[in-house]
Amino acid sequence: MSASLEKGVRVLKEVIDAPIASYFNSCVHCGLCAEACLFYTETGDPKYTPIHKLEPMRRLYEQEFTLLGRLKKMVGLSRPVTDAELGEWQELVYNSCTLCGRCSVVCPVGNDIVYMVRKFREGMSASGHAPEGIKGAVNRTVSIGSPMGVKLPAVQAQMRHVEADYGLPIPLDAEGAEYMVMLSSMEIINFPEYLGAIAKIMNQAGKTWTLCSTAFEATNAGMQIGNSDLARVIVSRIVEGAERLKVKTVISPECGHAYTALRWEGANLIGRPFTFQVKHIIEVLGEFQEQGLLKTEGFETDRLTFHDPCQLARRGGVIEPQRKLMKMVAKDFVEMPDAGFMNWCCGGGGGASAIEEGEELRLEAFKMKKSQLDAVKPDRLVTACANCRIVLEEGLEHYQMDIPVVGLTELIAEHVAEHISEKGA
Amino acid sequence: MNEIQLLTWVRGSGLDIAVSIFLMGVIWRLFEIYSLGRKKDLSASRCVAGASGWHTIFRRSLPPQGMVKKSPVSYIGGYTFHIGLAIVVFLFAPHILLIRNLTGLSWPGLPSQFVDLAAVVTMAAMVVVLADRINKPVKRYLSTFGDWFTWTVTFLPVLTGWLAVRHLLLPYTTMLAVHILCVEVLLVVLPFTKLFHAFTLFGSRWFNGQVNGHKGVAV
Repeated sequence: MSASLEKGVRVLKEVIDAPIASYFNSCVHCGLCAEACLFYTETGDPKYTPIHKLEPMRRLYEQEFTLLGRLKKMVGLSRPVTDAELGEWQELVYNSCTLCGRCSVVCPVGNDIVYMVRKFREGMSASGHAPEGIKGAVNRTVSIGSPMGVKLPAVQAQMRHVEADYGLPIPLDAEGAEYMVMLSSMEIINFPEYLGAIAKIMNQAGKTWTLCSTAFEATNAGMQIGNSDLARVIVSRIVEGAERLKVKTVISPECGHAYTALRWEGANLIGRPFTFQVKHIIEVLGEFQEQGLLKTEGFETDRLTFHDPCQLARRGGVIEPQRKLMKMVAKDFVEMPDAGFMNWCCGGGGGASAIEEGEELRLEAFKMKKSQLDAVKPDRLVTACANCRIVLEEGLEHYQMDIPVVGLTELIAEHVAEHISEKGA
Repeated sequence: MNEIQLLTWVRGSGLDIAVSIFLMGVIWRLFEIYSLGRKKDLSASRCVAGASGWHTIFRRSLPPQGMVKKSPVSYIGGYTFHIGLAIVVFLFAPHILLIRNLTGLSWPGLPSQFVDLAAVVTMAAMVVVLADRINKPVKRYLSTFGDWFTWTVTFLPVLTGWLAVRHLLLPYTTMLAVHILCVEVLLVVLPFTKLFHAFTLFGSRWFNGQVNGHKGVAV
């Protein structure tokens, strides 16, 4: 056994817990999870059946944690997990799983399959079987500070542009602000209008907010690759920044997995509860709307639909606020089939969009999104995740569908009433 | 060993051995699984009505939206044979009598003609789900020796019980002995095969419901 495989096996043995044991013992091979996975439904290849993606971990569980399995191992009746096998499984555990969690909500015996895939990735990563694309993103996040290599000067340059364009201040390191706003690299580089939208909305709501010079990047490739040590390093920066600035709430940007990393995994990664709250920007906007702090003017008149990011809706519990916000600014808001809790993934979540060699499969899986869109024929597609947005744009372009994609925050900001935007942040 | 001796053995020592292995196996396997424990979730929870482990234990008994259409045989066949098995095992008067003798617990049974019909429907549903397992690429791909084996050890007690009641194929005494022997095989293998889902599915649904309920998601 190679040293890296030994490490991977050790890590897997550490992450196997009672839920995983219960799940493996409950599976009856009914295959219903396949019907919930877009990589199976769009390819018809049974190897993409979610529970099958865990087969090496299941065998390891059996061999190490069950009496019968240990006996079989002793007499040489069981097949050990090998490097070659884990190498083969890379495509199943990363390229063809976006951690969307649809399988976990249909399994009749109640198996939380995505919970297991997330844990399996810890072993895959430790044994050196994570895809190069995500490895690169993790290395850049840990060493430079962001998966796309964005440094503070780039953020400051965007801040200056936005301040000039919107005529509103973008606070940096403002101690005692109520909100600390996080960004994703994608927003800094591709969608700077997000920052402008935040400035406009916060200004109208009369809320204090700030960016943090030591923690502006919210995305966490460490979580996607399945390396809790690196995920902890990335999350710790945000915790230290938020605690230094004494903010009440950290706002996760329009990014699904950043929300999961910070909201649900963060405290577990650092080993203690947070001293501040974590909210997705859509939750914050929803609260402003409820409190009457968000006032909009006019409506979009073209046909709009909303793509629910998996980590925000099914995996994060934020389903209604985005709909109320859409209705606030859209006259013709239509829902795609399966929208909301059961929405289909864009195909690029969980780090999949960073895997170059997975592109062909990703575009194949996009046929599901295409059929959802074909059913309602929207003029524009709204979402609340910069990664979904990029993946959707790539898929739409590939299938020559002329549907622009916009972020919900910026859509709302376009309607923020100008004449009452004078309260000052 | 003649048929009377066989019947005496399966009703006496055989049953004792099988029930003992079953009970010890179940206790051991439950310990082996749930003693692994899990880490406490330190993230702040979001409370939503209907999002909990207990809710999921019940909710997951119903098919999620759109799934019956996607795999009708799995759902209709699955419901039919599970409910059928429950009727045959727990509501057939001779079975209730046996349970009363073993535990002292008793409840009213169903007319034997009804149980007979339930047995036939159960067997038909089991044959259909087996055909589906052979026919559907995903099910065939996932299937291992364990799947064919557990199907067989579940089917045989129903078949032999029905044949015994109907006095078919073998003399009643012999068929009854074979039937009890088949049940004993089922009891012995249950804790160590995928049939153990009969116990763990409650824990699995609870964990899934609890982990997601913590996030305010009713799964």
